[in-house]
Amino acid sequence: MSTIQELRTRPWATYVLPAVLLVAAALFPLFREPLDGFMDDCILALAFVVMALGLNLVVGFAGLLDLGYVAFYAFGAMTVGWWASDFFTGAGGAEEGIHIGVSGFAATLPGIHVNFLIIVIGAIIVCAVAGAIIGLPTLRLRGDYIAIVTLAFGEIIGRVFQNGDEITIFGDYKLSNGRQSIAPVDSIDIPFLEPFDSALNLRPYYWTIFAIVLVVLFVNIRLRDSKLGRAWIALREDEVAAASMGVPLVKTKLLAYATGGALGGISGAFLGAYFSSVNANQFQFGFSIFILAMVILGGLGSIWGVVLGAVALAFVNNRLIPDVLDQGFVGDWLQDLGLDFSFVEISFGIFGFILVIMMVLRPAGLLPERRRQMELTEGIGETESVFEARV
Amino acid sequence: MEAAGISADAALKPRTSEVISEFISKYGLIAILIAFPAYYGVQDLIDDGNLTRLGNNLADGLSNGAIWALVALGYTLVYGIIELINFAHGEIFMIGAFSAFALWEPLGLHADTATFSLILGLLVTLIAAMLVSGSLNVMIERVGYRPLRGAPKLAPLITAVGFSFILQNVGILWLGASQRAVPDLIHSQRELFDIFGVSISRGDLLAIAVTIPLVLLLTSFVAQSRLGKAMRATAQDPEAAKLMGINVDTTISLTFLLGGLLAGAAGLINTLYQTNVWYFQGFTAGLIAFTAAVMGGIGNLRGAVLGGLIIGCIQQISDNRIGNEWTPAVIFAYLVLIMVFRPQGLIGEETREAG
Repeated sequence: MSTIQELRTRPWATYVLPAVLLVAAALFPLFREPLDGFMDDCILALAFVVMALGLNLVVGFAGLLDLGYVAFYAFGAMTVGWWASDFFTGAGGAEEGIHIGVSGFAATLPGIHVNFLIIVIGAIIVCAVAGAIIGLPTLRLRGDYIAIVTLAFGEIIGRVFQNGDEITIFGDYKLSNGRQSIAPVDSIDIPFLEPFDSALNLRPYYWTIFAIVLVVLFVNIRLRDSKLGRAWIALREDEVAAASMGVPLVKTKLLAYATGGALGGISGAFLGAYFSSVNANQFQFGFSIFILAMVILGGLGSIWGVVLGAVALAFVNNRLIPDVLDQGFVGDWLQDLGLDFSFVEISFGIFGFILVIMMVLRPAGLLPERRRQMELTEGIGETESVFEARV
Repeated sequence: MEAAGISADAALKPRTSEVISEFISKYGLIAILIAFPAYYGVQDLIDDGNLTRLGNNLADGLSNGAIWALVALGYTLVYGIIELINFAHGEIFMIGAFSAFALWEPLGLHADTATFSLILGLLVTLIAAMLVSGSLNVMIERVGYRPLRGAPKLAPLITAVGFSFILQNVGILWLGASQRAVPDLIHSQRELFDIFGVSISRGDLLAIAVTIPLVLLLTSFVAQSRLGKAMRATAQDPEAAKLMGINVDTTISLTFLLGGLLAGAAGLINTLYQTNVWYFQGFTAGLIAFTAAVMGGIGNLRGAVLGGLIIGCIQQISDNRIGNEWTPAVIFAYLVLIMVFRPQGLIGEETREAG
């Protein structure tokens, strides 16, 4: 710790190093092949960074344990599925379709096709509203009851989209394709640029999500230091004290859910467009835990910690588990021992293990936020006040 | 508008909105609970002219609910004493089912084993499943929850979620990722008798026959034994209990043991009843049973049993009428409604932090 603190006092560490890292991260795709596998991993990792930062607003800042974060992934991805594919075939005339701000191939297809930037704004709105609605019933509740209600909402929303082919809306449109995915989804189409194509070149996707991450990071840092951010932290530390100091509980809590949800929606919309398909089978509880594990690993409430946690777990999930543990020398070694199992199958067990280990050994995470660290370690090991911290 | 009406005596009388909200919180949940079967009852009367279909649903629901009641008791016991939602409890139930099933083959139990040796063998597996689940639960408490007793409530809940996933994956490594059919040892679907067209099968009888004695044993243990007294004291006020010379840590371990024993028993019955095992069964069962515990009033033993039976009926009706792909959504919708209308549950009293 002390070395990091020493580093912080030096100007080159505060300004030069981050600037160099930033430029390196922005330019690195130029030195890789356009369809590089490593770039694919990086794109996914950055998308998860956005999601983890969103969840961190709710769990880390405001202290409201949200176990149903997958709901926002679902809403974000479904927004892109609805508005940027031929899902609503027949809307606006059977042949023509509805097109807003799209060019190229997508402009000739039936269905609703809206420009990605508008969809992102749409996803933000949908998810913010959904977040506030999910937050409403939890207002009266505390602690683990909140976790259960959010979990219930996450599961309900996942189920609704998974069985959405049985529900019809606006006459004879289905709500979703059920267990089948909605595909193909339009590729990202940014004004003045050629439409992206994930089959040819991943670089534009990388730069898009990189820009989104930068914006989200900026928003996060500004939020943390704002009046609202301080209100969230006050709420997390002591709800009663915060309320008596004039923090409006309802508004503050709902804003936490809405903002966190909106970030999840952005990432969901991006992932839908990047995969070029939206599959409701992904809307599982495990996804919420995957994102939560990122936040816990990095450090609840610590923005840079969460970035680190998200990148680390994304690589564990997409690279380490399938390629190194399963196919690499570890897999061979296990097969020599006669143990025949796939690490991909038990990847969630690995994330569960990370949750347990982190909570027991280093509850404040890899890069802890100082205030949070004090909260989390206070009282542990003091037998006198065993039950005090729970009040 | 309302502010204008406040005068000296209006302040004494409860306002209309307060009366309404109190009314809703008292009877809202009960009304929603009754509305569900009542709707399908009326539909049955219109379609068939009798209530046989609903009756069958309810009979299956009650026996299913008996299993959920056993699992829900584990939630409620643990929550009552340390106010933690033991998220891994559903997986404890699953491991109980797995370990019971694993013993069948070595013991030579299959679909046409003679009755006497079948009963003897099932008793052995029952005890084994209970012991495995019970000790596993104690172990998890020791490793995952006890070191975090002073930490914010978020911390043990997160370890609980972590353990839940670890155990699920243990299940995958044990019996694979797909549902596995098991031998139908007791011919659970064979009809024993029927009352007014409502058929009672062997499985229904077994579920009830195992659940009732276990629940009675548990309630009398908690109500009458010295250890039960220690449990209640710890639940009421851990610090005072400690001052009175109660070993709080041992008492908490005992609570986890009891919860685990019941979950193990439920695991065996469920295996016999459903004739399949699956690593994911614990997750669903856990959430259903948790809903049951909350519905009854978490921390309340009778409430957990009542909640289990009710949620079993809701589940069965939903499986049969709406389609089983929607059942989790229906159950979760109930969970949210309970949280909104009556977080203290049907017969629960206010706990230290309820609502």
